[in-house]
Amino acid sequence: MCLGIPGRIVEILDEDLMLAKAEVGGVRRNINIGLVHYADERVEAGDWVLIHVGFAMSKLNEAEAHSTLQALEEIGEAYEQELEELRTSQIE
Amino acid sequence: MKYVDEFRNAEIARAVAAEIAALTDPHRHYKIMEVCGGHTHTIYRHGIKDLLPDQIELVHGPGCPVCVLPMGRVDEGIEIAERPEVIFTCFGDMMRVPGSKGNLLEVKAQGADIRMVYSPLDALRIARDNPDREVVFYAIGFETTAPSTALTLQRAKKEGIENISVFCNHVTIVPPVRALLDSPDLRLDAFIGPGHVSTVIGCRPYEFMPKDYGKPCVVAGFEPLDLLQSILMLMRQLDEGRCEVENQYGRVVLWEGNLQALKSMAEVFELRPYFEWRGLGFIAQSALKISPAYAAFDAELRYSTPGVRVADPKACQCGEVLKGVLKPHECRVFGTACTPDHPLGALMVSSEGACAAYYNFGRKSFQKVGARE
Ligand code: SF4
Repeated sequence: MCLGIPGRIVEILDEDLMLAKAEVGGVRRNINIGLVHYADERVEAGDWVLIHVGFAMSKLNEAEAHSTLQALEEIGEAYEQELEELRTSQIE
Repeated sequence: MKYVDEFRNAEIARAVAAEIAALTDPHRHYKIMEVCGGHTHTIYRHGIKDLLPDQIELVHGPGCPVCVLPMGRVDEGIEIAERPEVIFTCFGDMMRVPGSKGNLLEVKAQGADIRMVYSPLDALRIARDNPDREVVFYAIGFETTAPSTALTLQRAKKEGIENISVFCNHVTIVPPVRALLDSPDLRLDAFIGPGHVSTVIGCRPYEFMPKDYGKPCVVAGFEPLDLLQSILMLMRQLDEGRCEVENQYGRVVLWEGNLQALKSMAEVFELRPYFEWRGLGFIAQSALKISPAYAAFDAELRYSTPGVRVADPKACQCGEVLKGVLKPHECRVFGTACTPDHPLGALMVSSEGACAAYYNFGRKSFQKVGARE
């Protein structure tokens, strides 16, 4: 649960509830963007974010997102487990 | 330097390792603590130790949230989970953490309604879907995870969802590090600061390390090359006689942290006067509890959690390993009575736990270097 996984915002669903749809590890899940979408901070479709337990923690540039993903794939088992747990997620 | 070829940027890694070696005083022993369990995992997974000169010792820190939970808190969670009206929700990491009478997985097999969730927002959804049940979320984690609990409760309040509460076991990273620095058991030279925790709290909270204790700290990303580069930055500081907080993970970590996360945490939590840590004992202001404004969501008030202290099994030496005084394999039950399949201590359960990381990846290099440790 301590892993942060890069995901790409597909669509902002609800600015009031701070919900967005993101593509993470090949699946689309809803995440909360309240920590990267406030005051002057903004995310939009196409942006990469680092996702931790269903919350975008920070914005990433594309190169950083790819290098993080590669590092996670090298980790193997712990990453697989995190993805498996993410697949069960149904945040509304 | 066997492992270096496995690095994606093997050439850079080799150059960094060479520079670290060049800065190493052959007559000095360096003890560098990696505070975060994610770093511990990377270090073993990628054999970072084998790229470093013998004089540099990496000491594992207390940054594994399930590992530092005292057994009493595990037991109290299990007691809440056993209540018939409760749907108990927690991260997968918690399921196999041993309490004094078993773990959550066993209690679930006996019929308790325990559900693994990926996010506290999933727990909130379960509460919304089950208005006639009481949903409890077992919150664990350092400042990386605490904002997600805070935002979830803010949303529960806004939506008027009343059948959810949080058993709050969030802890903070700075007080245990300070406790380690105050302890006479351990002499450390420098710190590798946690990456993801720092996205929330920023780098300023580490300034006490150079200021009050004269120890440099470099906040590090969690790729293998990040760790090597951070060690190099620390070695440069030590070599040049500098002592400050530096940020190697600037591409993700802002110096001032995430202001929105800090604001939500300040609203939903307050500091506990003290909290018990496995192996480290009671540490003042080292954990979070639900603030009065959110008291209605506090599982500790909804259910009685008397705060009973439960001693670890005698054979366990988790405390010493958490303090960095013993290496995992030096625990007397490591790999015998305690394995990932039959863990006695939480350090063998979580992938961030030093014992599990060492068991899965570290033993080979241990056999190679043998007595060096
Ligand atoms: S080997 Fe098991 S009992 Fe020993 S310190 Fe590690 S987790 Fe604890």
